[in-house]
Amino acid sequence: MPFFEQSAAEHLRNLETGEVSSVDLTRSYLDRIAALDARVGAFLRVDSEGALRQAAEVDAKRAQRRPVGPLGGLPVAVKDILCERGQPTTCASRILENFRPPYDATVISRLRAADAVLIGRTNLDEFAMGGSTESSAFQVTRNPWDLERTPGGSSGGSAAAVAAGFAPLAIGTDTGGSIRQPAGLCGVVGMKPTYGRVSRYGVVAYASSLDQVGPFGQSVEDVAMLLEAIAGHDPRDATSLNEPVPAYTKEVGLPLANLRVGWVREHFGQGLDADVEAAVRAALGVYESLGATLHEISLPHAKYAVATYYVIAPSEASSNLARYDGVHFGHRTNEKEMLAELAADRKQLETACDRQGLDRLDSALVRMYRRSRSEGFGPEVKRRIMLGTYALSAGYYDAYYLKALKVRRLIRQDFDRAFGQVDLIAGPITPAPAIKIGELAGDPLAMYLLDIYTVSANLAGLPGLCLPCGRSAAGLPIGLQLLAPPLAEARLLRGARMYEQATTWNTTHPEL
Amino acid sequence: MSETYTTIIGLEVHVQLATDSKLFCGCSTRFGAEPNTQTCPVCIGMPGTLPVMNRRAFELALRTAVALDCEIPAFTKWDRKQYYYPDLPKNYQISQYDLPMSQHGHLDIRDPKGAFATKRVRILRAHLEEDAGKSLHDEVAGKGDSLIDLNRTGTPLLEIVTEPDLRSPLEAKTFLSELKLLLTYIGVSDCNMQEGSLRVDANINLHIPASSTDPPRPGCPSDQGKHTIATPIVEIKNMNSFRAVERALEYEAGRLWHEWQETHRKLGEVPKLTRGWDDVAGVTRGQRSKEESSDYRYFPDPDLAPVTVSPAEVELVRGSLGELPAALRARLQDGFALSSYDADVLINQGQAVVVYFLEVAESAGDAKAAANWVTQDVLRVLKETNTTLDSLGLPAARLAELIRQIKLGDVPGPRAREVFQAMIERRVDVAAALESLGIAAVDESELIALASKLLAANPKTISDVRAGKAQAVGALIGQAKKQNPNIDPTRFREICLQLIETAL
Repeated sequence: MPFFEQSAAEHLRNLETGEVSSVDLTRSYLDRIAALDARVGAFLRVDSEGALRQAAEVDAKRAQRRPVGPLGGLPVAVKDILCERGQPTTCASRILENFRPPYDATVISRLRAADAVLIGRTNLDEFAMGGSTESSAFQVTRNPWDLERTPGGSSGGSAAAVAAGFAPLAIGTDTGGSIRQPAGLCGVVGMKPTYGRVSRYGVVAYASSLDQVGPFGQSVEDVAMLLEAIAGHDPRDATSLNEPVPAYTKEVGLPLANLRVGWVREHFGQGLDADVEAAVRAALGVYESLGATLHEISLPHAKYAVATYYVIAPSEASSNLARYDGVHFGHRTNEKEMLAELAADRKQLETACDRQGLDRLDSALVRMYRRSRSEGFGPEVKRRIMLGTYALSAGYYDAYYLKALKVRRLIRQDFDRAFGQVDLIAGPITPAPAIKIGELAGDPLAMYLLDIYTVSANLAGLPGLCLPCGRSAAGLPIGLQLLAPPLAEARLLRGARMYEQATTWNTTHPEL
Repeated sequence: MSETYTTIIGLEVHVQLATDSKLFCGCSTRFGAEPNTQTCPVCIGMPGTLPVMNRRAFELALRTAVALDCEIPAFTKWDRKQYYYPDLPKNYQISQYDLPMSQHGHLDIRDPKGAFATKRVRILRAHLEEDAGKSLHDEVAGKGDSLIDLNRTGTPLLEIVTEPDLRSPLEAKTFLSELKLLLTYIGVSDCNMQEGSLRVDANINLHIPASSTDPPRPGCPSDQGKHTIATPIVEIKNMNSFRAVERALEYEAGRLWHEWQETHRKLGEVPKLTRGWDDVAGVTRGQRSKEESSDYRYFPDPDLAPVTVSPAEVELVRGSLGELPAALRARLQDGFALSSYDADVLINQGQAVVVYFLEVAESAGDAKAAANWVTQDVLRVLKETNTTLDSLGLPAARLAELIRQIKLGDVPGPRAREVFQAMIERRVDVAAALESLGIAAVDESELIALASKLLAANPKTISDVRAGKAQAVGALIGQAKKQNPNIDPTRFREICLQLIETAL
């Protein structure tokens, strides 16, 4: 088996026995990235030098028999939205093109403490807003299974990197499905933990009440390993949960007895691709064959989830992104040009004797804000800032934001009720396999509707996981989504591992 | 054009709470540091950072709210107030909007000179928020550069909003003095206006009796039953002392009256105006009005958990407050028979001085004497030596002993101040101070013997006194003092007069 098809767990065993060094392993991945990422575009930046230095440090620790962290020497790719001290952290946006944080995100600190090798930074939809990684200001990322198609998003770079064998592990963020959906479309395993399970400190905020960091891997076991390394309470994040972190790696191999699997009536309605439906129904059959019982459940408010999400997330985004104005953070417009433009505007208004126009003319400060933000943000980010600004405005707040918060509570209650009857919920991750690049470029609403199966978990704060469960007729990966109650990550991982062991979907890899 | 109208005033007071660190990060709040040296990724709103509430700031806010007799809701939350300004790096301020941490309290004020009756000023709400930074507009050399200092960004502020209950600039000033006294007394703020730890904005308008020239318009529902007409409300900013607040409000009331006479414009007919006080010129000036009724797009801050406060916690805080200034003032006046002036002098010195006074007064059994010694001598020494009561070296018990011994005549009155000074300088008790000064109590028999001796030697004095010139005894007092510096001249004089009388 080529090195890049081996799981992180296998690599770790080889590293521990000395069969391979971290430097060799890291170099293998770096070589593969150098050879093939031009075709995929998963990475925005690869830190060869830094990665090899970290790898050498871990090798030295092992040689000196000093303690080595749980990810001892494994390369990890990181979505370019987690702050890393001294390194560019762009969020795939022009506005943060030159931002170098002076501090590490908590997840980065934990990866370092676990002796991970930070191999590079992966592409994403600008500020994680999107489901295809096409809104990145810098490059397109292609699906390793079909280079004409998108890898999904927003963590499309991380999912593609793992699928393409550029890194055994990757970090993503999931605000409305941004880990699970690209995992499903790229045929890898991705998990969104319970809201608050992993610290958000140092994760550039998109929608603060929904954002959550999570792991990608080739197997459920790998995802458990990475989650265990990054999870846990952080005093610097007031929304992080002060609950102990179970030993996921130890528990993941234990099958669940008397498992009750729920399937949601509303998930199998109109618009679901036939191949996807068949694969998911087959997966339910696998659970039955493993001794689980299947239960039909209803999530009556699920149909409002997309609308609710697209009020709450843009509202929070409009506020979180207000700081990128060219004063303290973010791209600043060319001041000379800006002042010249303003003077020309003034002159024109004066010539026309337009007193009202002159009264309304921007101050230099406002014009700087306007131009900096217009130049720095891409169209999807602008769209969401405008949606959110509108929803929070006086006179609209009650009808949009407040109403959305109420529906959010109802969605959570649906799940609370459902988890009274079942242990896990299983279903599709997307209505159809990966879309073609540019396919929905002119239709943002159709793009939003692809989030139909994923946003509920974010609104309810639940943990969710996606793993491969089939191939479409065209050979594209199909993902199975599993959802669990808050903080039941161990159950989620065990349930996923049961399925994974009974099937072979994660043993095939795309050819590049 | 005298008082034909009522002045209506409400105040918004921003108080910087006396925490060591900022509201949502660990940076220092010390005043006067080099610009931008007390900042961190959190308080400058660096992408990816998150706020974490400073428990101590909330405790101080709670202490204040309880001292102002506010209701403390069981649940309070944080909201983002959104507006773009360069000294606000996140372009939103973390504040409290619809569920403030306290509301509906009050503070009673009184004028020591009796200009107005004791009155209750209602507090609408008091909420916590983070301060913004400071913009410095450098116009030197026509560059027009703006500089921003973010040291202050994130400093905890308590915004206290009164109902429009104040009826004169003097009431407003008195309210502020009483509020400052309370806040410094309970140790939640130093209230230093120069350093910006107490900032005041005032809202003012006039209520003018509806006269025949402006009767309620017939058929106009909003005018029905109206006996007064309200003028537009003006917000005054940039007042840097309590005296400035009083002056600005006096000026503005007059200005509003003139404006009313000229324009007859009423509340609601023009947008609320903001005017800045120019202390040198003694006038308010119109400021650019806020962009048409700003929409702050408040919404709950998703980065922060709501705060819950139990009734038990509130009671714990209430119990820890001790006696507040108003109650103390009443006790000093009623229980210790102090004048309103003396009571205020003591209370204005803060809790430590009051506690010291109470100890002296109770132990000496003479509140008036204790008040005199504390307000005149102790405070003078503290000021001269720039020291505190703790390091003064005169425990309350010793001062009380001095007062007692003066009363008993064991310490000669005229030399009491010398003894007091010696007790402080040598850090000794009364007896040791007396010894060091060579002062011995002179008993009655010694005084009588001395008086008899001197009278015998000065028959002219006796005849002068008998002739009705009692002041002639004065000459003897001088001689007596030379022979024994410890004598009490008053008593000596009495004895002389008695001896002359009984010798008749």
